Amino acid sequence: MGNLQETWVYLNANPLFHLTLTLVAFQAANWLFLKSGRNPLLNPVLGAVVLIVPVLMLTGTGYGTYFEGAQFVHFLLGPATVSLAIPLYRQWHRVRRSALAIGASLLTGSLTAILTAAGIAWALGGSPTLLASIAPKSVTAPVAMAIAEELGGLPSLTAALVIATGIIGAMFGPMVLNLIGVKDWRARTRHGHGQPRHRHRPRASGQ
Amino acid sequence: MLAYLTLILTCQLAGEFLVGALALPVPGPVLGMLLLFLLLLLRGEIPPVLGQTADRLLGAMSLLFVPAGTGIMMHFRLLGEALVPLGAALIVSTLATIAVTALMMGWLAKAETDG
Repeated sequence: MGNLQETWVYLNANPLFHLTLTLVAFQAANWLFLKSGRNPLLNPVLGAVVLIVPVLMLTGTGYGTYFEGAQFVHFLLGPATVSLAIPLYRQWHRVRRSALAIGASLLTGSLTAILTAAGIAWALGGSPTLLASIAPKSVTAPVAMAIAEELGGLPSLTAALVIATGIIGAMFGPMVLNLIGVKDWRARTRHGHGQPRHRHRPRASGQ
Repeated sequence: MLAYLTLILTCQLAGEFLVGALALPVPGPVLGMLLLFLLLLLRGEIPPVLGQTADRLLGAMSLLFVPAGTGIMMHFRLLGEALVPLGAALIVSTLATIAVTALMMGWLAKAETDG
């Protein structure tokens, strides 16, 4: 049995273990998400985190050790962010004609997002770190995390808040849009995470 | 594929470099995205393989948030303490943002077609 213990100690310190854990947890969570007909509450990122955290806690593994393995996945966020230029370019021709309207709407929307989020959190006694973490919550996750870091917030908290924003948006967004009677698809599509319900959305507008 | 992956990483590196050298208040990868976008505008089309490479990366994007998301385990205490301001800010702000953006867009799009 001594061998088993030794092997475990070795593997737990090896990046391979936590890298594999990340991938397996995500596959399982994603399977569940698809199986549920893309229920926003079963968001695969949330699901994967819910599966991984107890494993780390039960094995007494710190986040630093986990990240040594997970960093290989995390690293790809940078190139993925750069790759957003491709959907941006594809949409460019489609939206160029209404670029002014879209630009103005996004500007007002972004200001609303930042000001209401930071304002409400501030009014309810949120700390400066908290405000810096929640202010970019409506931006796509990799960018939001970078902004939070820049502002002195906590990128991992921001990641969780972006996901929560996507879930809230997907659950209640259509309701809000119906309530105010908006039908234009250009006004209806935004924020990647929350979009899985609109399967026929214009290509790539989801990120 | 490898060539375009190299291009993507080069754009990111250039972005990081410019952000650092000019002390710009934007994240390096975001500037890298703008650089790649400008290159595409100059070229006037997306090379098919670049499109495939980007789509593959973006298709796996959800997975890429998992390591950072797991970092929430370090902030459980903060999360518990700030549950009310965070929850209220999230819900109200998200719904307000959707409503404002959509109303503005609907209004401007209408003005555009009418004008």
